[in-house]
Amino acid sequence: MSDMILELNDISKSFDGKKVIEHLNLQVERNEFITLLGPSGCGKSTTLRIIGGFEKPDTGRVIFNGQDITDLAPDKRNLNTVFQKYSLFSHMNVAENIAFGLKLKKKSKAYIQDKIKYALKLVNLEGYEKRDPMSLSGGQQQRIAIARAIVNEPDLLLLDEPLGALDLKLRHDMQRELITIKKEVGITFIYVTHDQEEALTMSDKIVVMNKGIIQQMGTSKSIYDEPRNAFVADFIGESNIIDGIMLADKMVSILGRKVACVDVGFGVNEPVDVVIRPEDLEIKEAGSGYFDGRVLSVLYKGAYYEIKIKTEDYEWVSQNVTAPSVGDMVGLYVLPDNIQIMHKPRSEDAEVTRE
Amino acid sequence: MKRKYLSAPYLIWVVGFILLPLVTIAVSALMDKNGSFTLENILSIIDPINRQALLLSLGIAFGCTVICVLLAYPAAMVLKSLHLDKKGFAIFILILPMWMNFILRILAWQMILSNNGVLNLLLGKLGIGPLHISNSWVALMIGTVYDFLPFMILPIFNAISDIDEDTIEAARDLGAGSKAVFWKVILPLSAPGMVSGVIMVFVPAMTSFVIADILGGGKLQLIGNIIEQEFTKSMNWHAGSGLSISLMIFVLVSLAFTMKNDLKDKGTTVW
Repeated sequence: MSDMILELNDISKSFDGKKVIEHLNLQVERNEFITLLGPSGCGKSTTLRIIGGFEKPDTGRVIFNGQDITDLAPDKRNLNTVFQKYSLFSHMNVAENIAFGLKLKKKSKAYIQDKIKYALKLVNLEGYEKRDPMSLSGGQQQRIAIARAIVNEPDLLLLDEPLGALDLKLRHDMQRELITIKKEVGITFIYVTHDQEEALTMSDKIVVMNKGIIQQMGTSKSIYDEPRNAFVADFIGESNIIDGIMLADKMVSILGRKVACVDVGFGVNEPVDVVIRPEDLEIKEAGSGYFDGRVLSVLYKGAYYEIKIKTEDYEWVSQNVTAPSVGDMVGLYVLPDNIQIMHKPRSEDAEVTRE
Repeated sequence: MKRKYLSAPYLIWVVGFILLPLVTIAVSALMDKNGSFTLENILSIIDPINRQALLLSLGIAFGCTVICVLLAYPAAMVLKSLHLDKKGFAIFILILPMWMNFILRILAWQMILSNNGVLNLLLGKLGIGPLHISNSWVALMIGTVYDFLPFMILPIFNAISDIDEDTIEAARDLGAGSKAVFWKVILPLSAPGMVSGVIMVFVPAMTSFVIADILGGGKLQLIGNIIEQEFTKSMNWHAGSGLSISLMIFVLVSLAFTMKNDLKDKGTTVW
């Protein structure tokens, strides 16, 4: 228990009768980089706002450093937020922005000066003290927002899609920088994003959310390699998700063919979802794989080709470093290890597994 | 070419109704009755009676502006916090009195504040009073504030509404309580709106004479009243023009001073 910095216990929240978060339980360890990942409207930002104190949950408690802070005002919480729109104070210069929290805490002038210098160095904007924040680029403004938050030495930093407004190249640079900053300051990060690639790159732990419910929690690798349901498989990277029937342990029927896999413990003849990642789908000569199909399209993606192949009842996506020609007949094969079998969701509405 | 053509009516307006009258007043101010050049009319502002009227005008205008700011901020904050569908109605109610004739509104205040008026009637029932407010600077101040308050509330409300909710949340997040949020974020970010309000209240309050006529009972002489009398009663247009010019210079200088102190580089949005 001692290394738990934050616990959300059975949090629910509705807006105008619409449920946004349902019975959410989450534990965050000290010094962890945890990412809440999901499509817009999945409740990830609301969860962050509840932690920050800007929303009150309808039910449930928020425990921070062992203390119940559910009813505590935002300004009384020793955590800070980096907002998506930066939200810098336009009537103050960069240094005054960064000093805002420290001045409220009545720190000495010398201390504040030191902190501003240190923070600007950390975010690679040395010498920007006197600049008007509104004259800076989006990436620079976001760095100031990060500096403004971390000078307060919060126990926990909340980041609400902080890179969402930046272009791709800058986003990649900032991802690397954020990881460096995280290591340097040793603060627990809770990061919200809808960008699965961002989540996979940066996080120690990913929490995949949909419709206010946690779908899966785990390391980047475990979530990518072993998605627990079709939603996670679909949301995290591209996937081929096919209906299948489990024939026996380690044997599944896909599109009428027997395919070897490594999954056990399913019911005999149980309908299942089968997930095959595009990079795991191998293209062979026609007749030498499980399925034969015709190449529909080939797209050059830089590091690989994205190939669409149509078999009798399904359109497959494959990623490969070499490409067949459009119209070729090819065979498709997949190693047993690379097949992921999942239970079908019980209802259409909730592609969900409750924790 | 087309654009120039479109701007013609405004050009006529500016020349015919702004520049020309201004020049006429200026020329008239610089002439004596015989048509020769003099600075006497403009300098007559320092005559004891005129100076006293100017100081009273300044006092009333300054006091009125301060009271309006103090009343307008809470009102604007309340308006901002209202739900969207109630906001429109609240602003409508606020503006509604402005649709009624200005003189009528002031006459109503005369009735309310007079010795046998509504206010003293009500106070009498409570065993207080009677208060002799009418024909005093208090009555004048009440009338002026009542008349100009909406011109202070609206720009301040607009400025406060323009502040991003995220900015306020960011301040809360960094440890600012409600008071600190107001003083350190809302007030400085809405300052341009306040300056607009100050201009729209201070200038007309400084130059008006009708309110003083009605609520001052002829006992209170604002500089506006004196100018009016020069034109209508004494028929001394030269003296009236001279005082007008002095007043105008005075207003411009005091506004420029406010601008410099309050706005630094943001003044352009207001001017």
